[in-house]
Amino acid sequence: MSEQTLFKVTVDGITIEVPAGTTILQAARQIGGEVAPPAMCYYSKLKGSGGKCRTCLVEVSKGSEKDPRPMPKLVASCRTTVMDGMEVKNITSEKVVDARAGVVEFLLLNHPLDCPICDQAGECHLQDLSFDHGKSKTRFEFQKRTFKKHDLGENIQLHMTRCILCYRCVFTADQLTNKRVHGILDRGDHAEIATHIEKSLDNEFIGNVIDVCPVGALTDKTFRFKNRVWFLKPMDAHRDCPTCSGRVTLWNRGDEVYRVTARKDEWGEIEDTPEGNPGWICNTCRFDKKEATDWVIEGPRAISRASVISQGHYEGNVGTTLPTETFKAVNGGRTPHLLMDIHDESEVNQPNIHLGQINGASHGNTFNNKTENA
Amino acid sequence: MQALTNKAQAVNRKPMTFLERLYLINIIKGMMITFSHMFKKQPTIRYPEEKREFSPVFRGLHVLNRDEEGRERCTACGLCAVACPAEAITMEAAERVEGEEGLYREEKYAAKYEINMLRCIFCGLCEDACPKDAIYLSETFAPANFTRKGFIYGKPDLLIPNPLTEASAFAEAKGVEA
Repeated sequence: MSEQTLFKVTVDGITIEVPAGTTILQAARQIGGEVAPPAMCYYSKLKGSGGKCRTCLVEVSKGSEKDPRPMPKLVASCRTTVMDGMEVKNITSEKVVDARAGVVEFLLLNHPLDCPICDQAGECHLQDLSFDHGKSKTRFEFQKRTFKKHDLGENIQLHMTRCILCYRCVFTADQLTNKRVHGILDRGDHAEIATHIEKSLDNEFIGNVIDVCPVGALTDKTFRFKNRVWFLKPMDAHRDCPTCSGRVTLWNRGDEVYRVTARKDEWGEIEDTPEGNPGWICNTCRFDKKEATDWVIEGPRAISRASVISQGHYEGNVGTTLPTETFKAVNGGRTPHLLMDIHDESEVNQPNIHLGQINGASHGNTFNNKTENA
Repeated sequence: MQALTNKAQAVNRKPMTFLERLYLINIIKGMMITFSHMFKKQPTIRYPEEKREFSPVFRGLHVLNRDEEGRERCTACGLCAVACPAEAITMEAAERVEGEEGLYREEKYAAKYEINMLRCIFCGLCEDACPKDAIYLSETFAPANFTRKGFIYGKPDLLIPNPLTEASAFAEAKGVEA
C-alpha cells in the first residue's frame, strides 16, 4: 500500500483508520451519521477555516497509544489532528453535550429569532444545530446587538444581525476571488461584516458566499422573499458555463426557476465536481440564468428525509413530468365544463406573474394588477 | 340447524286472540307514549332565532389577526401552509416598502393569503404552527355558497377589522372569548 501512515482512531466506540494529519472532525465524518460533530465555521473546501465557533467540541478520552492520558479540556475537532490509538467521545460524552448546549446558547444570544422572515429558514445550519443540541429556553434578557445597514450590491443581501462571525465568507473571497473587498470590521460585540467605505461585491465568484454562509446573514437578493425553500422543487441541473462547473441545484416552482445554488452534500458543503474540484458556481449561473431553458435538468435532487425541504416531494419522477390528463379519454372526448380552474379564482401563483424574473424582492404592487381591475 | 348462541328465540306462531286482533289496546299504548312526550323537554333548537353555544375548543372560520396598532401580524413564513394536511393554504410574500410600516408588522408580509375552504378540514394545525399569532380559528363557520368559486377565501375575507379605525367591528370579530 502507500507509504502513508494510517492512524487508528476511535470515535464513540467506532474505530476507523485514517491517514496521519486528518482532523478528528474529518475522521468522524468518514464514519458518518450522528458521530460527526456539527460545524458552523469549519468548511472543508476552504483552507484555514474552523476553530471559531466551538460547536465541534469533542472529548478526547485517550490521547494516543503512546501517551494514553486524556486531554484536559474539550478540543475543537476541526482543528485537532488524530493520533494513533486516540479515543474520542462525541455524543457519548455528557461534557460534550453540555458544552455544545452552552455554545448554542452563546451563538443564539445575539441571533435574532426572525426565522419566519429569513430566507435561510429550512436550510439553516443554526436552526439544525439549535434543534439538535440547544435548549428551548433563553436566559438572555438584554437588547440584541443591531447594526447600521450595509449594502453589498445588487445580488447579495447582508443581514448583519444574523451573522455568527464564522469567517467563511471572508475565506471564500480570499480563496476564490483575486481581491477581497469585504471583511470583518471592529472587534468584539461590534465586529461586523462590511466593505470598507461602501463597495459592492461584484467578483464573478463572490456569489458563493451565499452558499457557504451557515445562517441567513448573506442571502440571495434575486430570491429575496420569493418563496420558502420547502415549497420549492430542488432539481439537479447543469449548463455549459465557460467560467464555472455549471453544476447547480435549481429551486423551481412549477417550471419557473426561483433560485440557483451550488449542489450541497450531506454536511451542507459544496459538492465536488466529477474531476474532484469543489463545484463553486459563478454569478452568471447563480443570478442571471433564471429561465428553465438555460438549464439541462438532470432530475430531482435527493433531499434528506429529516429536512423540511423533503416535504411534499415524492420519489421517482413526480414533479419532473406532468401527469397525463385522463378526463377526456374516459369521457368520450368531452372536456369538463363544471370543473373550476383554480387560476380563475386564486390570486396566488398567477400564471402571468413570473417571480423568478423579478430582480430583488416583490412588493405589494407586483401582485395587485389583477385584483384592482377585477 | 344448530344454534350458535342461546339467544335465538323461536317465533311464536300461535293465532291471535280476539282482543289482539282488534289492535285497540296496542294503539292506545302507542298513543300514550306519543302523548307523554308532550310533557318532556324539547331537544329542538330553532336555529336562526336561537343559536347553540359552541364548545370553547370549536374550530371555525379562520381569522388573520392584527396587532394592537392595527398592523397585520402575518409575515408569510409559510409554516401554516406546511403544517396544513389538506394543503389548503397558499400565499405570496412581499417586501414591505417605505410608508407601509403602519400596515405590516414585519419587513416581510403576505401580499396574498388564500385559504381554499373546499380543502380546509378545520383541524387548527395552522393556528398551532403560527409563530406570530397571526392566524386564529374563530367561532363561526364558513357560510354556504352556490358556487365553488366563493370558497377561495383571500385576505379581504380573512383579515380581522382594524382595531383602531373599526373598533366595533373588531370587537365583534374577536368574539366573546377574547
